[in-house]
Amino acid sequence: MIHKYKLAGYNILLDVNSNAVNIIDDLTYDLLDNVEPPFEEKCPADVMTKLSKLYDTAEIEECYEEIVSLYKDGILFSEDDYAKYADTSVASPVKSMCLHVAHDCNLRCTYCFASTGDYCGGRKLMDLETGKKAIDFLLKMSADRKFLELDFFGGEPLMNYEVVKQIVAYAREEEKKVGKHIRFTMTTNGMLLTEEKMEFLNNEMSNIVLSIDGRKEVNDRMRPRVDGSGSYDRIVENFCKFVPLRGDKEYYVRGTYTKYNLDFSEDVMHLYELGFDQISVEPVTAPADKPYAITERELPRIFKEYETLADKISKIRSEGKFINFFHFMLDLDAGPCAIKRLKGCGCGNEYVAVSPDGDIYPCHQFVGIEDFKMGNVNDGSFNYDIKNDFAHTHIYTKPDCVKCWAKFFCSGGCNANNFIYTGDVHSSYKIACEIQKKRLECAIMLKAVAMMDSAE
Amino acid sequence: MKHIKTINKANLKASAQKGGCGKCQASCQSACKTSCTVANQKCEKEA
Repeated sequence: MIHKYKLAGYNILLDVNSNAVNIIDDLTYDLLDNVEPPFEEKCPADVMTKLSKLYDTAEIEECYEEIVSLYKDGILFSEDDYAKYADTSVASPVKSMCLHVAHDCNLRCTYCFASTGDYCGGRKLMDLETGKKAIDFLLKMSADRKFLELDFFGGEPLMNYEVVKQIVAYAREEEKKVGKHIRFTMTTNGMLLTEEKMEFLNNEMSNIVLSIDGRKEVNDRMRPRVDGSGSYDRIVENFCKFVPLRGDKEYYVRGTYTKYNLDFSEDVMHLYELGFDQISVEPVTAPADKPYAITERELPRIFKEYETLADKISKIRSEGKFINFFHFMLDLDAGPCAIKRLKGCGCGNEYVAVSPDGDIYPCHQFVGIEDFKMGNVNDGSFNYDIKNDFAHTHIYTKPDCVKCWAKFFCSGGCNANNFIYTGDVHSSYKIACEIQKKRLECAIMLKAVAMMDSAE
Repeated sequence: MKHIKTINKANLKASAQKGGCGKCQASCQSACKTSCTVANQKCEKEA
């Protein structure tokens, strides 16, 4: 399987199964519309006749030979022979956890997938005992994995800051006893940040995700405080203090775009101009009947905006400056192995979420969906059947993914989105797929051009 | 090659043979939380 496209003046050719990325000329682009394996020794006469109206015959023959050569080298029209790996390593330890320390929030974001913080289950905070049990669960279930991950999530996790501190202190003691290390992260709206909290977070959190949507009017329209006033001024002030203090530790400012700001490249640039250079801005996930929801109708406009964003980022980099946009980030030489790429995020198998009551779910987006409750850290229950189902959920169990060129980049997409919007984790949520594919086309183009430039 | 410039190592098949150690980060823990891109994760296998 190949995928080719034109973007920003380049012709890009991806060989899906080897992951070879090529920059090709117009002749190759057109020739590939007319030839495929099995190849003959010479370019077929009918193809030659057809293309000779546009190209020199000697050039066509030369180009054909290049295509055949790459095919013989196994990096063009290469075979998909990964299915045999799909059911290996299925009994994975649980090594990552999303810890919902607060099902409450001090903002009332209109689009919140967690029902403005309470996940439709009432506003509540996790107590320390449940937090400790969650740590015990993670340390035990992670088997031989040494490096573990735990994200403090909500709602707004800083609404339960004292418990967060105590959970971290407990975890640091317990991890030593078993020779492991937990990488803590936090996703926060930053409203409650103080100097003392910044210092604690900088000491303990290997990554921080800071929520902000971009321009003031965009942010405040969707992210009001409980009293209806805007959150932008407070969070910008706090984030601008906090990020420089992170030093070389990771952070992202992370926004959501909706139908109301389809010019979201302006929001990315606004965040960059505020001084942030690690940025993630993503489409809202919402039912189509919501006025801010992204539907198929918005897709052409969104595709154009990603191209605009790629162009803006390219210009910034051409000036020797740094900017990282999360979904344009790719390592085409040394990314994750093919086996990781078959299985995606690992939710329900190596990644779980724990609610304030200690209930275990496959991930944060499944929290509150009763059919996916896997157990509880307080009573020690854990449903291995659900874990096993997720362990065997991969691109070859998703019919749309099998025939998709992007399968080794997105790895089957978000199982929770699939379930919430199609009713089946194996059935792809098409809007997310289309946006993902466009982002990937931009990302591959940016990376390919940068690699070509550096090689010359 | 004159018409086609391959710009990366195209080593996905080789990665399968040595892969699957499971030490890399869970893909949704970094900066997204609502959408999944796996290919922007790092391989963390110890050499």
